[in-house]
Amino acid sequence: MSATSVNWALALPEITLALSGLIILVVGVLQRRGEGFFPCSMLTVAAFVGCGFLVALSPDGAGYAGTFVNDSFARFMKILALVGGLLATIVTVGYRGEDRHDPGALPFETPILMLFSTLGAMIMASSANLMTLFVGLELSSLSIYILCALERDRVTSSEAGLKYFVLGSLASGLLLYGMSLVYGYAGTMEYTGLIAAIHASGTLPPGLIVGIVFVVVGLCFKLSAVPFHMWTPDVYQGAPTPVTAYMAGAPKFAAFALFLRVMVGPFGAVAPRWQILIETASMLSMVYGAFAAIPQTDIKRLMAYSSIGHMGYAMMGLASASAAGVRATLIYLAAYLVMNAGVFAGIAAMRRKGREVTAISDLAGLSKTDPGMAAALAIFMFSMVGAPPLAGFFGKFMVFAAAWQAGLYVLVVVGAVSSIVGAYYYLRVVKVMYFDAPAEGLDRPAPSLLFVSGGMGLATVFFILVLGPLMNMAQQAALALAG
Amino acid sequence: MTPAIAPIGLGPYLIVSAALLVLGVFGIFLNRKNVIIILMSMELILLSANLNFVAFSSAHADLSGQIMVLFVLTIAAAEAAIGLAIVTVYFRNRGSIQVEDVTMMKG
Repeated sequence: MSATSVNWALALPEITLALSGLIILVVGVLQRRGEGFFPCSMLTVAAFVGCGFLVALSPDGAGYAGTFVNDSFARFMKILALVGGLLATIVTVGYRGEDRHDPGALPFETPILMLFSTLGAMIMASSANLMTLFVGLELSSLSIYILCALERDRVTSSEAGLKYFVLGSLASGLLLYGMSLVYGYAGTMEYTGLIAAIHASGTLPPGLIVGIVFVVVGLCFKLSAVPFHMWTPDVYQGAPTPVTAYMAGAPKFAAFALFLRVMVGPFGAVAPRWQILIETASMLSMVYGAFAAIPQTDIKRLMAYSSIGHMGYAMMGLASASAAGVRATLIYLAAYLVMNAGVFAGIAAMRRKGREVTAISDLAGLSKTDPGMAAALAIFMFSMVGAPPLAGFFGKFMVFAAAWQAGLYVLVVVGAVSSIVGAYYYLRVVKVMYFDAPAEGLDRPAPSLLFVSGGMGLATVFFILVLGPLMNMAQQAALALAG
Repeated sequence: MTPAIAPIGLGPYLIVSAALLVLGVFGIFLNRKNVIIILMSMELILLSANLNFVAFSSAHADLSGQIMVLFVLTIAAAEAAIGLAIVTVYFRNRGSIQVEDVTMMKG
């Protein structure tokens, strides 16, 4: 495994995705005004699928002067990010609808920006150097800033873009400052070099510790973990629904990929020093996500608090700082991907006479007016609570088990309690759909939204069937990270 | 040949860059007036990290820090462009870029 060679096969998925993004952009520009959206979306879907195959076939190894690494962990995270991007693109197609001449509709750049953001996420998952980390992170974040503000005529969308931009770039700045300190006190930016530097020094220099804390803060922000969550509800509510669906998926996986790779890799040797940070953030996120969601009336805002809570649970695996913990986090993320995409397909379908509605009360009596969608949403809600045998249960069970084995008993108890509190607001949505007097019926959902919510509903119910292979993959990924 | 100016150590660079970082962060949090000032504060934060990278790079005699700075400069330019674009879109919708007015969504 030579660190200096340029191995094209190693980064072939990323290179392909970047080039196809550029080509799709040209295709979109060449179409007549307002007609580029559908071909661009279909090409993006094709690029995601093709790239997924390339990822699955890509070889192990490190290359590009030690800035890029590919292993089973990177492959696992890249597939998650690609699936997240793919589902969000399909949701975008359904959300935009057929009207070609609506000036306020999402432009053809939407799927392309999602493609570039996913590319950034993949680069982050493969980073072996702080430089690659930062460039990938910024590619992913910059695309999302634009995506949030894409509905140019809606004031909430541009406000969401502005808020996310300000707080997101603050977080990137802090992360970069932390990286500069890590570089200064360890003398290198390569992860392998960092490992060696940390092992070599008996006591960590304070500058390095400060640097690590800054990096953790920056990554926590991207994950929207408490206490760096303040942007999440506003941005989730204001951004166009498919963009929210995207933001709750791929970028979170990328941030987790970084967290796991950096914390378990270079800083794994000093785990007791940072474990308490992650543990606190995880605990606060779970509790905050559970309690702050209770008074919400907007379903997108509710999902924002729900995602804060879910990130808290997923961080439990990281807090245990063991291979079992990594595996649990990966399974949790896979389950979260499935149910999250399904819920957002359901939310994107919420339209009444062509106008988008997002209040929870708009779902009243959905079981009478659209039994299929109501059943799918109910399945996702139960899965988010963690009811067996749905997808969410296995994720939660595994992170709880990993944290228990690592001796983090307080964390497990807090997690269990907040999970019960969280059940209240998830089940309230189910109650509104099944037991409240029917509101005026919603419009018929677009076929692509039915496809995503139906497909994800099946995936949530039958998650147990793929659990075995998924566990094997996650196990290999965890071992690749530790070894 | 002795240099005309005595070499200064790493310390002053780190102090200046820490001061820039603090200025930038306070500029974002204490500023209640204009969004443009926030954009300027963000540049300060990125530049403080850049100064660190260059100083450490020269202290370690390792080029990678300076390469990083080139990447960061490019990214900072892209970020500023995107930020200004978002501020423009926001201004068209609201007719104001006062920080106090960015409160359509709350709760």
